[in-house]
Amino acid sequence: MADAEPIKAIVTPVRLEYDFTAGKAATLFLRGLARKKIIGARSGPGQPVLVPPRGADPRTSELAAEAVEVKDTGTVVTYSIIRVPSENIKFELPYACVNVLLDGAAIGFFHVLQNCPLEDVRIGMRVRAKWVADDKLTTSVSSIEYFEPTGEPDVPYEKLRENT
Amino acid sequence: MADAPDVLRGPHVLEYPFKRSLGPVLSRFFTSLRDRKFEGIEDKDGKVLVPPQEYDPQTGETLTEWVPVGPGGEIVSWSWVSKPRKKQPLDRPFAYALIKLDGADAPLLHAVDAGSEEKLSKGARVVPRWADEPKGGINDVVCFDLEGK
Repeated sequence: MADAEPIKAIVTPVRLEYDFTAGKAATLFLRGLARKKIIGARSGPGQPVLVPPRGADPRTSELAAEAVEVKDTGTVVTYSIIRVPSENIKFELPYACVNVLLDGAAIGFFHVLQNCPLEDVRIGMRVRAKWVADDKLTTSVSSIEYFEPTGEPDVPYEKLRENT
Repeated sequence: MADAPDVLRGPHVLEYPFKRSLGPVLSRFFTSLRDRKFEGIEDKDGKVLVPPQEYDPQTGETLTEWVPVGPGGEIVSWSWVSKPRKKQPLDRPFAYALIKLDGADAPLLHAVDAGSEEKLSKGARVVPRWADEPKGGINDVVCFDLEGK
């Protein structure tokens, strides 16, 4: 034992195990995903649609109780290249995480991008959600497998300025 | 939404599996522990710190004087855990105790498998129960037992 390699590092995990109660707003959103729909909410007509819904409009604290379905297509407003493995993410490294401004939504929606060379990932790129097979749909964000390019022309940066 | 009170609820795990580099001093401490030995380090006042520190807590000077300590020691204080959680060191009620190892001046935090809280007292003697297969970490000591148990 004494001639074995010295110990140079120890693993010290931090772990929290708990039950998550989604609340009304997130429940609405998660139930939508199980029906292949992305549902946001707003505080009233003309008000920004928040996706995922958070129960209240963060600018005004007004109740955002009106459910609004948004499209499963959108525009990349920012992205990050991931090179560090994560236990629960099955995508091959490196891959891109994208913040997608879904059509009809006022804020970005975070997911993984696939089927696009990393050097082609860019702000303004049009993308679409790739859903899992219908029999795999659940009340979870994993009902969307990833986003992928649609091939449509880019959205000019000027139109995204507020969201980048 | 007001008439949809049944909300979703599900298990959630948040975990960061940190790996911590030890540096020269804690590397030696854990390597010795794997070999079933406790070692402390002497600070500039001659007090023996266990676990050891790289620098004097008062002056910031580099510490280099290693001192063998333990393996037995005495309980300085404790907190009884009546319902252990899954990842805690023992699956039955136990004490988290500050243990001053023989020859040390600072206490080490570890579990004491005392069976019941009544058996614990300040100054009670404890000895380490070593893991059968040391892996390099504080769990190479499974827990401490009351001496003579």
